[in-house]
Amino acid sequence: MNNTYVLIGILTMSLITIFLRFIPFIFLSNKKEYKTLNYLSKVLPSAIMGMLVIYCLKDINFESTRNFVPALIATLVTATSYLYKRNTLLSIISGTMTYMTLLQFVFN
Amino acid sequence: MKDTFKKGFIDTLPVMTGYLVLGAGFGILMSTNGFSFIHSLLMSVFIYAGSLQYLGITLLSSGASIISIALSSFLVNARHILYGVSMFSKYKNTGKMKPYLIYALTDETYSLVSSSNNKDYFFIVSLLDHIYWILGTIFGSLISNIISINTEGLDFVLTALFIVIFIEQWLTSKDNFSAITGLVLTTLCLIIFGKNNFLIPSMILIVSSLLLFRKKGNDNE
Repeated sequence: MNNTYVLIGILTMSLITIFLRFIPFIFLSNKKEYKTLNYLSKVLPSAIMGMLVIYCLKDINFESTRNFVPALIATLVTATSYLYKRNTLLSIISGTMTYMTLLQFVFN
Repeated sequence: MKDTFKKGFIDTLPVMTGYLVLGAGFGILMSTNGFSFIHSLLMSVFIYAGSLQYLGITLLSSGASIISIALSSFLVNARHILYGVSMFSKYKNTGKMKPYLIYALTDETYSLVSSSNNKDYFFIVSLLDHIYWILGTIFGSLISNIISINTEGLDFVLTALFIVIFIEQWLTSKDNFSAITGLVLTTLCLIIFGKNNFLIPSMILIVSSLLLFRKKGNDNE
């Protein structure tokens, strides 16, 4: 892996994250921009999470059962366990364990 | 100060569990994807944002362009603006600690500091959470170098994390227009542009349609 590329990538992610955290403390005097910022920071998260869920599942295809059944079952396990228990860690662990087990032992 | 420390420590125990586990997961995934210990450490110290760091593994190992890394960082972490807006007056007179408090304002830290007015408490909670995250990362990186575990499928941690956050946001928001926008537009872009090129068009389409269909009432809530 190209070390310079990785370091630039990490630097980019760091700077943008830091910038986002500091934005309100720097710019909070301009009312109009503040409104747009406030609006975007309210509606963007759920849209982006929807996008990221799809992004994570992008490698699914129907050429063989291995390429979609484990992901589908693990997604259902994660979602239903969360709907019942509302416990982030529990759902992440059970979903991931399901996926790893299916991939390594059932659809191997 | 001693009492504040004790309260801060007890309050952050749930965060400690979460950060140690997710931090360790991050460290393990970084190592198995061929990144060095230093890379993992740099990310956890300086980015210090779970979803983006996990996404960063995928982006960096697939050789994504710096522009798409920048755009993804912006969009994934845009919610941090809201935390800053909300903590603006509480953090106003925190003196020398202020830059660090803003720097370390994560989702979990925000959920604790937002209900306090004590600046020592702000600092202790922010610092402890940051330390848990870094310790988790170090632990994960070390463990994957010592014992070899079959990590095939471990990357589902990221998928599960996003599914959980997505459902939580779905359940707590009054209007699911933006959630549906995200799902539908991204799926469309995936079909049209293919799995290697759909991220940037999706982001552009999502932001423009959210701005286009902005409802007047949403501004002043």
